[in-house]
Amino acid sequence: MKLFKALAQLFHYLGSLGCFARDTVGWLLTKKRKLKDVIREIVFIGIDSLPLVSLISFFIGIIIAFQTAYQLRAFRSEIQLATLVALSMVRELGPVIGALIVAARSGASITAGIGSMKISEQVDALEAFGVNPLDYLVVPKFLALFICMPILIIYADCLGIIGGYLVGTTKFSINLGLYFRMTFQALSGKDILSGLVKSISFGSIIAFVSCYEGFRPFSSIDVSRSVTHAVVRSFILIIVFDCILTAIFYFVGV
Amino acid sequence: MIKIRGIHRSFDNKEVLRGVDLTVNKGETFLLIGRSGAGKTVLLKNIIGLLRPDCGTIHIDGVDITQLSNDKLEKVRLEFGLVFQNSALFDFLTIEENVGFFLYQHTKLSRPEIRKKVTETLALVGLKGIEDAHPYELSGGMRKRVAIARAVIYNPKILIYDEPTTGIDPIAVDKIVSLIEDLHQRLGITSVVVTHDLEVGLRLADRLAFLLGGRIIFEGNKEDLKQSQDDRLIQFLKGSSGGPIKEMEV
Repeated sequence: MKLFKALAQLFHYLGSLGCFARDTVGWLLTKKRKLKDVIREIVFIGIDSLPLVSLISFFIGIIIAFQTAYQLRAFRSEIQLATLVALSMVRELGPVIGALIVAARSGASITAGIGSMKISEQVDALEAFGVNPLDYLVVPKFLALFICMPILIIYADCLGIIGGYLVGTTKFSINLGLYFRMTFQALSGKDILSGLVKSISFGSIIAFVSCYEGFRPFSSIDVSRSVTHAVVRSFILIIVFDCILTAIFYFVGV
Repeated sequence: MIKIRGIHRSFDNKEVLRGVDLTVNKGETFLLIGRSGAGKTVLLKNIIGLLRPDCGTIHIDGVDITQLSNDKLEKVRLEFGLVFQNSALFDFLTIEENVGFFLYQHTKLSRPEIRKKVTETLALVGLKGIEDAHPYELSGGMRKRVAIARAVIYNPKILIYDEPTTGIDPIAVDKIVSLIEDLHQRLGITSVVVTHDLEVGLRLADRLAFLLGGRIIFEGNKEDLKQSQDDRLIQFLKGSSGGPIKEMEV
């Protein structure tokens, strides 16, 4: 019985989230927006996230390089390190790690921001002045994430590859030219495409979940709860969608 | 003119409004009083269409807004100016962008034109030189004035003040009340004031209503109020804890 109730709640949540996403896209398509509003969000979501994304991606690149080299040493093929770092970063770790960072940093902040507006009647004030909160608050954030995520993920991929290169050159004496030649040989358009599709999907998930949770609080205690829900639910949906997309790419040969 | 008949509104099976009847005449300042949590703000939100009643009718200048589509309701809403309980200024915008918010969103006026109008409206509420400040840099009383400026800048037909003096010091209260009186005389707008501060309310109002337990139990002018024999109203006016109004009746 509990399982049935939990499943009903899950489907109710996903249905509400789906309606919220549909309405957001509806507003996006029906009205022109001011570039200034979108740029403000891009600066906050994209540019301000760069230091954290740089740091984590760079170290992830180093970690993968060491872990890969440890396995490859058994076959005396440390030279393949560049290939494996590039493929791991571009196809999987870049999009997932990048999305988790943005969900934790920017997603939490989006939820807290909208939640604070909700409980201080600023959302009501928007409606009272004839402005739809979805249109004014959510669409610019969705657009910013839609634009920023692929760029952030490509940037994260590059930093990860540079991290791997540092290990390759300092520990295994692979020269610069060879490392990057092997990196570019390993990567095909399909790999980059798969990373980009994932990054756009994850960016949309973060936008919808964070904003949706932001509209739910009725008190300050609810705001902190909503922020937690936004981060946890974004993480779960990102991982589930990653699994689904990876399976689809595998079966269609991308 | 606002004419409300038989409004009911519930939240999670808790009935907040239980058949409210009310009439606000054109050009008057109408006071709505009641205890905290009596449903005053819920009633206001129904009047301006931020909430829809479960049943009943709300006529604004002869149009029943409960029957309107969301698009048409949005247009009707633009005839109202609303001053929120906590001012509800947008934290991320400057005072100029806050006061000129309606004009930025719904008119094609240029930025310098809007700034000029904002400066004029801020002067109307006794403020100047704060256009580039942010709401968090202002005192509670100044935020209330900015909220009033934001509500009157586009000449709405009806002005609604939700607890306009809550959370500010007595001197600021006096300034806000004088400002509301002054605006009413100058602009002649129909105003609805919701407050549980009786002194403030009676200073402002032409007529008033008392909301208790989700129903209007008194509606009339100040003379009617003095002559009322309703024990509940007398208890409220005296501010006495003993009487027919029990704690649960909120």
